[in-house]
Amino acid sequence: MDWGFIFTASLSATIGISAIVYCLGAIGLNIQFGYTGLLNFGQAAFLAVAGYGLATTVTTLGLNFWVGILVGMGATVVLAVILGIPTLRLRADYLAIVTIAAAEILRLTLRSVAFKDTFGGSDGLQQFSDPFYDLNPIAPGAYDFGPFKYNEKAWWVIIVGWSLVAIWTLLVFLLMRSPFGRVLRGIREDEDAVRSLGKNVYWYKMQALIIGGLSGAFAGFMLALGQSAVSPDAYATNLTFLIYVVLIIGGAARVFGPILGALIFSFLFQFVDVVLDQAVNTGLITFITSTQAAQIRLVMVGVGLMLLMIYRPQGILGDRKELQLDER
Amino acid sequence: MVHWSVTRIIALVVAALGVLGIVAVVAAPANAEGEAVQGTLRELSSAPVAGVTITVSDDSGFSESTETDAEGVWVVEVPGPGEYSVLLDEETLPDGTTPPTVNPVITTADPGTPRFINFRLGENERNVQTRWDRAAQLSVEGVRYGLILALAAVGLSLIYGTTGLTNFAHGEIMTFGAIATWFFNVNVGINLILAAVLGVITAGIFGWAQERGLWRPLRKRGTGLIAMMIVSIGFALALANIYLIVFGGASRPYGDYDTQAGIEFGSVSLTPKDMISMVVAALILAIAGLALIKTRIGKATRAVADNPALAASSGIDVDRVIMVVWISGAALAGLGGVMLAMTQQVSYLMGTQTLLLIFAAVTLGGLGTAFGALVGSLVVGMLIQLSTLWINPELKNVGALLVMIIVLMVRPQGILGRRSRVG
Repeated sequence: MDWGFIFTASLSATIGISAIVYCLGAIGLNIQFGYTGLLNFGQAAFLAVAGYGLATTVTTLGLNFWVGILVGMGATVVLAVILGIPTLRLRADYLAIVTIAAAEILRLTLRSVAFKDTFGGSDGLQQFSDPFYDLNPIAPGAYDFGPFKYNEKAWWVIIVGWSLVAIWTLLVFLLMRSPFGRVLRGIREDEDAVRSLGKNVYWYKMQALIIGGLSGAFAGFMLALGQSAVSPDAYATNLTFLIYVVLIIGGAARVFGPILGALIFSFLFQFVDVVLDQAVNTGLITFITSTQAAQIRLVMVGVGLMLLMIYRPQGILGDRKELQLDER
Repeated sequence: MVHWSVTRIIALVVAALGVLGIVAVVAAPANAEGEAVQGTLRELSSAPVAGVTITVSDDSGFSESTETDAEGVWVVEVPGPGEYSVLLDEETLPDGTTPPTVNPVITTADPGTPRFINFRLGENERNVQTRWDRAAQLSVEGVRYGLILALAAVGLSLIYGTTGLTNFAHGEIMTFGAIATWFFNVNVGINLILAAVLGVITAGIFGWAQERGLWRPLRKRGTGLIAMMIVSIGFALALANIYLIVFGGASRPYGDYDTQAGIEFGSVSLTPKDMISMVVAALILAIAGLALIKTRIGKATRAVADNPALAASSGIDVDRVIMVVWISGAALAGLGGVMLAMTQQVSYLMGTQTLLLIFAAVTLGGLGTAFGALVGSLVVGMLIQLSTLWINPELKNVGALLVMIIVLMVRPQGILGRRSRVG
């Protein structure tokens, strides 16, 4: 076992593309779930419409890259409104079922043969990310900073991605100390109390869904650009679950919860993968194959989510009293 | 901290052994995940036919050939969902075998799942088919699918009604029943019918272990319902991947009654196993319904679902009722899994893929009511099958999920639910 390599590889993944995607997705979920108490289980759908909005505009319609970004953001807002109108009046568990169903409807549609000409079927779409990489000021080559070893393209994704994370974190910080943020938290704690103060709860929830969805949209852009491709199965329900795990590790309803969660989760996810892979390849573990080793990670994510919700639902940064999620 | 009682530890050990039992015996197979066209070539006498060339091709130039192996099995991985033409090379059939009447077969590969093609050698395929014939056939298939959904939905709905838990791990109980039955049938070598009985019992024990080892302790320590729901999501994720590790990614059939010739009733063709499983499902659901109405424990169950606090104060042992609901609900879901696997083979994702449809059925009927779940399931099953008259089969689940969302907009309490249930 090469522990030096294991730690370098894991540390390297800590700031990588998937950490950025989880982080931006979790920031959106934090606004919806953490602050407002909306159980949005369709976050993957927001990532998908943004990524596909961009890719379809550029690849299928042949329009400008920035038009694609606008289309992606517009599509996210539309999705939030369509999803919100029927569901925001419903109880929390119904909202969860409907959002998860909506995400699945979207994925099956994007994947279908019927729309293959537009969305590319199960292969998805490629060749839309060149304008993004053309903006890259870094000269081609590999750049190492301590354990972080990436080429110029990956560094460009990392710089843009974490800048977006910084902007969104600042935005959430400012929003949540404003009167608007107090109303959202009030809705989470006691909807009827807020309503009796004359606030339009429905409209506040809708705004939370839209803003959180937009943060998810940027996660979708980064995922699409980082891989230079969109494919329907990258936006499966599992993605939403992983984002939930990230948020809950860090601590819901905390400004820095998503960032901390994304860093820790990405490190652990890679760490387990590399350790198991090495253990299998060096013959330390003989009863599983390396494919199974990769699948064990998801078992651990599932068990981890259970243990977190049971023993520490507030995560690392959260306040247990603030998150008394319960309704019946 | 949680108090670890002896029964709870036993429950956890039983749950772990259930999983490990499968680990020990199932050899890890290749994990073919994705679209494929495959089948088993057999004569009417069900003897496998080996060495026959089968070619799968599509319009865009994809074409791949394979030969059936000693068991008559053939698999062609295809690049994605879509329409494929499957041609059996009649020159390569052994002498004396009548070639199939329909050749090539045109088929549609669904996303992420293999498509099974059975060439019927030496038998007259029905020359299908008017739209009404298809509608009749699809209605019967819809009822069959609806009954399967109902088996799972009744348990989900009653668990929700009695404990308030929205159980996202219910689909995994279906898979558990199907895999346990597969293990008894294929690995141990018991006849499928007996294996199914054992599998259903195992699923019931799995339900007992879950309630004893996980859900009851969580309720006792006052975990919120939303938190429990997220716990069930984690549980589902873990279980599905454990199945993937121990059972593998491929779909596998049961050892008995795998391919059967259909029997014609007018324009409807049904295999004997379909008929028997429909009758069994209907009977079991009727028994469950009668038990809910007539027996003491059934009445108590409905009382707890209606108002747990009132039921407890009138002397009903709520914990016992919930335990009975878990055991019977899991056994029913396990049976649903076995029946689903008889039509589309056993796969580690089968329950996960059905979960949203079960939710659709339960929501349609009204969360928390057993009879609503039954009605909702039949509606969803029919809807899914009949919708393929107009829309592409790959999108049939989309239709059902859309209807669920529309119902929630118009009548959020469902068909048989009461308004007060939705806040």
